Amino acid sequence: MTDIPTSTDPSLKEEPVPRRFFQRPLVMIWCAALAAAVTFATFAEPYAPWAFKYPRAWRLELYFDGKFIELKNWISKVVDWLISDASFGLFTFTELTRGVSWIMERPYILAKSLLSTGFLEGQGSAAIQILPPLSWIAVIVIIVAMARFARDRKLAALVGACFLYLALFNQWSSAMVTLSSIVIAVPFGVAGGLLIGIAAHRSRIVKMIVSPVLDLMQTVPVFAYLVPILVLFGFGPVSAIIATIIYAMPPMVRITMLALKQVPGEIIDLGNMVGCTRRQMTWRVMVPSAMSSLMIGVNQVIMLSLNMVIIASMIGAGGLGYDVLASLRRLDIGAGIEAGVGIVVLAIALDRLSQAFASREPSEHREERPSALWRRFPYTAVCLAVVLATGILGLFWGWAQAWPAAWSITTGDFWSELVKYININFFDELETFKNALLLNVLIPFKRFLIAIPWPVAMALLGLAGYSLGGWRLGVLCALLCLFVASVGLWSKAMVTVYLCGISVMFACLIGIPVGIAAAERERVWRVVRVVIDTLQTLPSFVYLMPVVMLFRVGDFTAMIAVVAYALAPAVRYTAHGIRQVDPQLLEAGVVSGCTPGQLLRKIKLKLALPEIMLGINQTIMLALSMLVITALVGTRELGQEVYIALTKADIGRGLVAGFCVAFIAIIADRLITAGAQRARARLGLQ
Amino acid sequence: MAENEAKLVCKSVWKLFGPGAEAALANNRGMSMSDLQSAGLIGAVRDVSLEVSDGEIFVIMGLSGSGKSTLVRCMSRLIEPTAGEILFEGTDLLKASAAEMIEIRRHRMGMVFQHFALLPHLTVLGNVAFPLEVQGIARGERERRAREIVELVGLQGRENYYPRELSGGQQQRVGIARSLAVEPELWFLDEPFSALDPLIRREMQDEFLRLQKLLQKSIVFITHDFDEAIRLADRIAIMKDGAVDQVGTPEDLVIRPATDYVAEFTRDVSRAKVLSVRAIMAPPPKRPPRGGYAGEVPASAKISDIANDLNGADRAFAVTDATGKTVGQLTRDDVIAILMQG
Ligand SMILES: Nc1ncnc2c1ncn2[C@@H]1O[C@H](COP(=O)(O)OP(=O)(O)OP(=O)(O)O)[C@@H](O)[C@H]1O
Ligand SMILES: [Mg+2]
Repeated sequence: MTDIPTSTDPSLKEEPVPRRFFQRPLVMIWCAALAAAVTFATFAEPYAPWAFKYPRAWRLELYFDGKFIELKNWISKVVDWLISDASFGLFTFTELTRGVSWIMERPYILAKSLLSTGFLEGQGSAAIQILPPLSWIAVIVIIVAMARFARDRKLAALVGACFLYLALFNQWSSAMVTLSSIVIAVPFGVAGGLLIGIAAHRSRIVKMIVSPVLDLMQTVPVFAYLVPILVLFGFGPVSAIIATIIYAMPPMVRITMLALKQVPGEIIDLGNMVGCTRRQMTWRVMVPSAMSSLMIGVNQVIMLSLNMVIIASMIGAGGLGYDVLASLRRLDIGAGIEAGVGIVVLAIALDRLSQAFASREPSEHREERPSALWRRFPYTAVCLAVVLATGILGLFWGWAQAWPAAWSITTGDFWSELVKYININFFDELETFKNALLLNVLIPFKRFLIAIPWPVAMALLGLAGYSLGGWRLGVLCALLCLFVASVGLWSKAMVTVYLCGISVMFACLIGIPVGIAAAERERVWRVVRVVIDTLQTLPSFVYLMPVVMLFRVGDFTAMIAVVAYALAPAVRYTAHGIRQVDPQLLEAGVVSGCTPGQLLRKIKLKLALPEIMLGINQTIMLALSMLVITALVGTRELGQEVYIALTKADIGRGLVAGFCVAFIAIIADRLITAGAQRARARLGLQ
Repeated sequence: MAENEAKLVCKSVWKLFGPGAEAALANNRGMSMSDLQSAGLIGAVRDVSLEVSDGEIFVIMGLSGSGKSTLVRCMSRLIEPTAGEILFEGTDLLKASAAEMIEIRRHRMGMVFQHFALLPHLTVLGNVAFPLEVQGIARGERERRAREIVELVGLQGRENYYPRELSGGQQQRVGIARSLAVEPELWFLDEPFSALDPLIRREMQDEFLRLQKLLQKSIVFITHDFDEAIRLADRIAIMKDGAVDQVGTPEDLVIRPATDYVAEFTRDVSRAKVLSVRAIMAPPPKRPPRGGYAGEVPASAKISDIANDLNGADRAFAVTDATGKTVGQLTRDDVIAILMQG
């Protein structure tokens, strides 16, 4: 820094001497730091072994009951204590969890009786049905009527076709079990998210607590909080619903906070001027005015709940998710794909339906209200009539009640045969491809990352944070890094970073060019958009199955699945970033004689850079969340740690590993966001 | 004007935005614009004192950013002034508790907003009845009252429309109707017609004058359009950079602008529309002119209204006050001189 001229001569002050790249102070610091890092990593091992293997004695320990113990054991101990001893005066902690699950169970049983099992009298297999569930015809009519009410005939046809598909391909009964948990999870998720969002909007303190929790919730892998739920609530559909709610709620909270903040100031002034109390202000003014934004949150909750279907089946949800998981374990590809597609179809139907409700304008004015009830509520009337009619018909003709098995088609064999065919005929090619990539790219990269000593990584990340976003960010990055090392998960974390990094790299190598192509040509964009929209509705597990079939288990398989899952944002943000470049700038470029190639490189990509960086950020987030799921196919990283904890119901182990994943995500997110911010400021796009 | 006649009185009201505003103001009661700037504060309202008397249309006028909205929000205590007193019928609003404020706003104040602030999920009737709904009045009663007011503003037949089905002018009629639903004594209008097309704006101004003739409210009306101010105002306050430059009748402002800024505003105004006969008449001669006066004109009439009568008359007119006494005389040439000025 000393080479900055300090003369008082004003001409010198106003025109800083242009310095070469290597003479900028930050660049010089970085060069020095990297050189030091390489030297340290190569030669320091005999002198500082602690830097290469984090010593056990230095691990993070907390105080519990007279002695210091490791963090993961500490967490488990605390939860044990909660379950066995904790009491809030009137009731114990266990009674509290029982109470919660009792409250959740009532509506679930009702929904399940209605959609799937019928109303039962008695217990277990001795139970007798006193009322049948809704017939398949009734369910389809209701859902079609909702679609017609929310938008138009086209949507009604789409939604009806989706549900008919479920019946035709023999997924009906599983789908209805899944639907009944969704039907319960979504209202709880929406209401909970809304209430928390409102509280955070109204109180600064609540907001200060909620915001970091939301950050953490969105980055901690789901598996990590499955473990405590399993321990607290036991194995069963109620636990699954609770997990789903916790998973699906954060975006609702965020959207609520945002929507309330966006209510125009005039509307709030109006509320005050007519003398609203605080409660009236919230419920009569703010929430109704923000309704259309809030509905987007509802749609998000539905989609995330469906995303959880398979994972939730690990702690006791039945239905389609369970079918997928079971066939994945049996390696029965046909059944797995059928059930997986069933989830997708259900997701598409519910997504479009909820979007239609979200964008529905408040109805046109009506001059007169018809007096007859059935004319005032025609949709409800038709639905009720069909429910009654099919219910009665069903007593005499079975097909009116339950979809007859004889009408079903199965494609399971087809999928199995297809995979078998590919494996027999293309085994060598696939294997060569896989091995080439493994040997030349994946393994060297993994070795390189694992060889980095933890203090070096910590210092470099701290420096990166400092140069992108100031000393606070630097300290945050270094501390989060230290946490990972201090709980003894450093090498597993490095494997996670390696798998995530390599997948993100491939996702970008594919996604960014596709995004560029899509941005340049409207026709390509239309096709690409449909594809990535669909990719994003697919539950993550669906990606896993075909890859496992083709490449069996291992790092490579995991990588392919992660790339497929995380591709969409790279494409979307690139295309979006390029398309929003100011057309005047492009014209200026054309006028000054740029070739199309120069136009792309010198103007479009430069200006789209911040947006592309955000896309990469999203890709990393998706990749990390998918990585944990790929632990099922035998990767050896943090995801596996979480998964093992789940099977052993070891809360501490699962949460600590989960936090490590979250911290990696937070470091990546903060660094990239700060970088994008700087790029944007430099380009004057602020 | 005696203070007890005033509906609303502002006594050196300040509103500063920025950190540490209160402390800075307590140290230095007479902060100038440059003081504020060096303290990093925004002086949205600076030391404003004014009175709004019963039944008058008081217009606050100024360019964008001059602090009009902030001032009117201080008057209704939608934002808390940094310093000063706001007396509503003699009691200090700033000392009222939250519950008292709710009561005052529910029954005694109404406000119309620039962008209408209609609730999108309610019909016209629902919007107009909303202040009554908030008070907990039963549905039948509040809809009956809302219907009456909807009729008053000329929207009958559209009670069941939603705001987005209405034009801008119609939407603002709903806004006006809603603010009148509680029969307020004090009526705030913050640039109510600024978002409307010029033709509709004119129509709405006429509508507004008609309503005021009927209802006789005390009104604080905000505008940045001087022509609008002149048409509607009994008195006008001109604001600049958060401070009031001058308060007076439209005529005062035109004849005796207190600052260059006010003069600049009034320069392009059609004088004939603003000036009254009294302002330009000559003192009455000791003896009536030979051949008598050509006729009589009231002293309070605007020049533009009587210009036609004077046309072609070669003798002077007598100017009479409200009791019919002659207080001056006016010649055709005096009027033409005014008309020539634009
Ligand atoms: N909440 C706020 N925080 C900071 N500054 C504010 C705030 N509200 C208003 N100001 C500033 O106070 C000044 C006066 O604003 P105000 O809205 O009262 O002006 P106005 O005369 O109503 O203008 P317009 O005609 O555009 O509505 C402006 O400089 C504005 O930037
Ligand atoms: Mg304003």
